[in-house]
Amino acid sequence: MERTAVRRRLSWQVATVADVRRETATARTIVLDVPEWPGHLAGQHLDVRLTADDGYRASRSYSIASAWSGGQIELTVEEVEDGEVSPYLVEVLKPGDPLELRGPVGGWFVWRPEQEGPVQLIGGGSGVVPLRAILRAHAEAASTTPVRLLYSVRRPTSVIYVDDLKELASSDHVDVRLVYTREAPDGEPRVGRIDAELIDQLAFTPADEPTTYVCGPTPFVEAVADLLVAAGHDPARVRTERFGPTGGPQ
Amino acid sequence: MVVSPGFTGRRRSGTELPPGQYLTHEFPVLSAGPTPQIRTDHWEFTVATESGETYKWDWKALLALPAEDITRDIHCVTRWSKLQTEWKGVSLDTVLADVETAADYALVHSYGGYTTNLPLEDLLDGQAWIAYEYDGEPIHPEHGGPARLLVPHLYFWKSAKWVRGMVLSDSEDLGFWETAGYHEYGDPWKEQRYAGD
Amino acid sequence: MTTYLDGNAAAGKLSEIFAVDITAAVTRCDGCGQTGVFAETRLYLDAPGMVARCPGCDHVLLRVVTTSSETYVDLRGLTYLRLPTP
Repeated sequence: MERTAVRRRLSWQVATVADVRRETATARTIVLDVPEWPGHLAGQHLDVRLTADDGYRASRSYSIASAWSGGQIELTVEEVEDGEVSPYLVEVLKPGDPLELRGPVGGWFVWRPEQEGPVQLIGGGSGVVPLRAILRAHAEAASTTPVRLLYSVRRPTSVIYVDDLKELASSDHVDVRLVYTREAPDGEPRVGRIDAELIDQLAFTPADEPTTYVCGPTPFVEAVADLLVAAGHDPARVRTERFGPTGGPQ
Repeated sequence: MVVSPGFTGRRRSGTELPPGQYLTHEFPVLSAGPTPQIRTDHWEFTVATESGETYKWDWKALLALPAEDITRDIHCVTRWSKLQTEWKGVSLDTVLADVETAADYALVHSYGGYTTNLPLEDLLDGQAWIAYEYDGEPIHPEHGGPARLLVPHLYFWKSAKWVRGMVLSDSEDLGFWETAGYHEYGDPWKEQRYAGD
Repeated sequence: MTTYLDGNAAAGKLSEIFAVDITAAVTRCDGCGQTGVFAETRLYLDAPGMVARCPGCDHVLLRVVTTSSETYVDLRGLTYLRLPTP
């Protein structure tokens, strides 16, 4: 069994926005200085809490986009239409602003460099965020563990971390494949969701005994996890992280 | 308190709303479990009284009862309120007309296992319905169809979705949320959200 | 759409209550006896409280409600939580 990652009760603390970076028309990466950050494992998340001047509060959970090697941490937030928290994080928050957060949390959807066996990452939309943290941790540990990323996006302009993924994919141990569901770039004939054939062609096989990390909206994760199990993967080696528009005012 | 500069959040209550509520024009779907899919030909509503008598209605029997059009504001304890929602259903005064009981409390049961408790008097006198249409359409399963309880003067968790019956009793047994810290009565105008409020 | 997340998403809330990461613990469902990692349970958050259900039988494993002054933690649906001994 996994060792628990965090052994303490967490409290809220105030980070400061150091920088913001536009990733796509609807997603932005926020770079944070966190005074008392204990470090985190790739794949963990944190909770963000916003407070209006009359005391009204709303909080949400976000995956951490960066690997930890000291210094700053990064979040990448996709704006949810009619959302309450994400439009603020994507459109309003600016460098120098305070941001209350609590974390890191979650000791299951994580990758450790010492972990055995190949790593299959499958992300849908902004589900790529914790997978990027895993790829970063893999690069920073100079790991020779083979890693494959299948990243499902609607169209070329929806791709988050374009340059970063190119750089990460230049490693001999990392393979990055984009899957376009609505519109593909020139030279890419396939348009459609991840299906059994694609899993068969591009993912590690059950015989490779990979640990698979699937992150995305609930229907995406559901569909991919079903495909993996149908392809003969051990459900115990498939780790999932669903996300959706959840959480009310707190 | 650390204020987030420029964050306003959803609009909070005007004078027409109970304290702490904000107005929504959507109809948020709240669920603490999977949505039961109940066919109307399998649907049944059962009332069990304190003396052990049971009364049953099937879907046809429910539709045969005189229905009412109901327009009411609804208030969810998660702080959204929706004004002037339009429902069609049968008043519990009608449903319970021939039920012999002197019980003080009802524990309402739903398909899927949900429960909620109310004083019986809050279900009578034109305050509560078994609703089967919302906005002129059969109630969508996400919103509690085929039939849900509608008790709009209390927080909306009392308006049990997928209602299947109630147990009448002299003592108050608490329901799903009431056993986990929510208020036993839940009057939105008194902001009775949590036990002890 | 009615939707649920993974038990992972409970980590922040549970960290308010427990000093260890419960999401990495093994749980046994009191309804059907299925065991699994808490992170893989089905978590319902669009509700007045947080509800985790067994992925095998939908039995309620855990409920957490935070009121104005207290947090209620109902663990009735869990036969046990299994954690590494520190």
